[in-house]
Amino acid sequence: MIRTENLRKYYSMGDNTVKALDGISLNISKGSFVAIVGPSGSGKSTLMNILGCLDVPTSGQYYLDGVEVSSMNDNQLARIRNEKIGFVFQGFNLISKLTALENVELPLIYAGIGGRRRMQLAKEALESVGLGNRLDHMPTELSGGQQQRVAIARALVTNPPLILADEPTGNLDSHSGQEIIDIFKNLHSLGNTIVLITHDDHVAMQAKRVIRILDGTIVDDREVG
Amino acid sequence: MGIWQACRMAIKSIRSNKVRSFLTMLGVIIGVAAVITAVAFAQGSTQSITERISSLGTELIQVSITGFNTNRDVTWEDIQEFTYENSDAIAAMSPLVTSNAMVRRGRNTVNTTIRGVTADYSMIQKQDVQQGRYISDVDSDFRQPVAVIGSYVASKLFEGEDPVGQSIKFQNRVFTVVGVLQELNGSQQGTEDDQIIIPVSTAQRVLRNAYIRNYNFLAASPDTVDDAMERIESYLTEIYGSEEMFRVFNSEQMLETLNSVTGIMMTVLGGIAAISLIVGGIGIMNIMLVSVTERTREIGIRKAIGAKRINILAQFLIEALIVTGMGGVLGQILGSGAIWTLGRLGIVPAVYSPFWMMVSFLISLFIGVVFGIFPANKAARLNPITALRHE
Repeated sequence: MIRTENLRKYYSMGDNTVKALDGISLNISKGSFVAIVGPSGSGKSTLMNILGCLDVPTSGQYYLDGVEVSSMNDNQLARIRNEKIGFVFQGFNLISKLTALENVELPLIYAGIGGRRRMQLAKEALESVGLGNRLDHMPTELSGGQQQRVAIARALVTNPPLILADEPTGNLDSHSGQEIIDIFKNLHSLGNTIVLITHDDHVAMQAKRVIRILDGTIVDDREVG
Repeated sequence: MGIWQACRMAIKSIRSNKVRSFLTMLGVIIGVAAVITAVAFAQGSTQSITERISSLGTELIQVSITGFNTNRDVTWEDIQEFTYENSDAIAAMSPLVTSNAMVRRGRNTVNTTIRGVTADYSMIQKQDVQQGRYISDVDSDFRQPVAVIGSYVASKLFEGEDPVGQSIKFQNRVFTVVGVLQELNGSQQGTEDDQIIIPVSTAQRVLRNAYIRNYNFLAASPDTVDDAMERIESYLTEIYGSEEMFRVFNSEQMLETLNSVTGIMMTVLGGIAAISLIVGGIGIMNIMLVSVTERTREIGIRKAIGAKRINILAQFLIEALIVTGMGGVLGQILGSGAIWTLGRLGIVPAVYSPFWMMVSFLISLFIGVVFGIFPANKAARLNPITALRHE
């Protein structure tokens, strides 16, 4: 599903070169539930950006679903993000002027899926996260946990091979956070591939595999649970 | 993503910021309204003048003496003799003495133009009487205090009574109304219906205007106009020894002059309108740039979930186009209202020019593209990672 070879990402800060990623090689197979853990500054956000095709590595290869994406241009990456990745962010990142349903429809609009079918798919995705009765609510009318569930529905709606979650519980209280984790667990049991990035061990330990990174390299990689 | 979908997104975003969108449009609204009102004003005023000039036909030749000759001036008698000798080319001639006066009849007064002419003036100006009689040569010969009044003057002074045979007073003299002029311009102020015709000899005395400086000629036919003008010019040049002392012109030349004046007027108005539209466009660009900054995070989200550069570009560009397009349409409505009002107030006839309406609408769309493309491109080029981090 995901295969990276020797990913490096360097940033030049004046005279210094910051090695955000320094040779990351990993394999994540289809249907797995992986947590990537590390303290802030460890490079996990950079890794998440590259895995999410928001950024390209300085060197190394990245194969996503069998496609080499590390040398793609902007438009190709946009298409990959649309088709192959569902994002869930820490800050929910819903568009505040759109209703829950419209937010979930958005990826389908960019995928070119029209009218009735788009609305049907979006409705189903919201129902699958238990928000079938909140379709026309604005994000501000929803609780944090509900907003994050809308975001998960948005990530699911295109039925992408990879769901990439960046600190999805970071802005939530422990109860809502656990609800979100339970949704991910459920999605995993349905066969989805989930990569979850977190600094919270309690969250990480609920995944099936935990990869620890520090200073841009993998320091630990083990199966859990 | 289709254009329709992009339009819906743009409309949604415009509607969520109604006041701002309207204020942004205002520049375009005022610009477009200014263009079509100004054009209508120019066309309306030109049209009414043009109609009157062309109704006189091309046979009218007007002469005005502008200089003095210490040795000898041309007199009415000279011109009469000249006209008689050139009757093959000239059909009629009338001297013209003009002044303004306050005319009274009982408690009614009206301020109008007094024209001292001869009987031929009726033929030259193609304006006969609709009631009573025109002034005659005998009136001129005996300096009769008689007057033919325009229909506007008649309505103001007599309010529906029969004016013929009644007395009116101006310049401290009493005149007898002998006729009412044919109505030519709906009895409106400032037209041929707003004048009083009296014998030229009477006018010379009453208006204390001893020397006649203006003569109107009627060429025998459209073909003899040029010939007649040449003969008049050479005759006057002979007497005055210079072409600088008089002017000879006919309605065709007047139309040409009018057209060139209109052309200049349109250019000036067009320039002013263009400036106001550019200012409106800059306003749009300014607001769009603010909007891009404000919505950086939204752009980041859209990009993260798969929006391509072209999608973002289209969204913002279409937004600019809808703002300017709506501004264009509202400007047309406002401008048409202004034209209608000008027409109703009788300032100028209301002339709606579909051509200029179309042009101003297209210009407003063009401004949307020109001033929208820079902010839209700025939005499209945002890096999704930095855009997502934007607070």
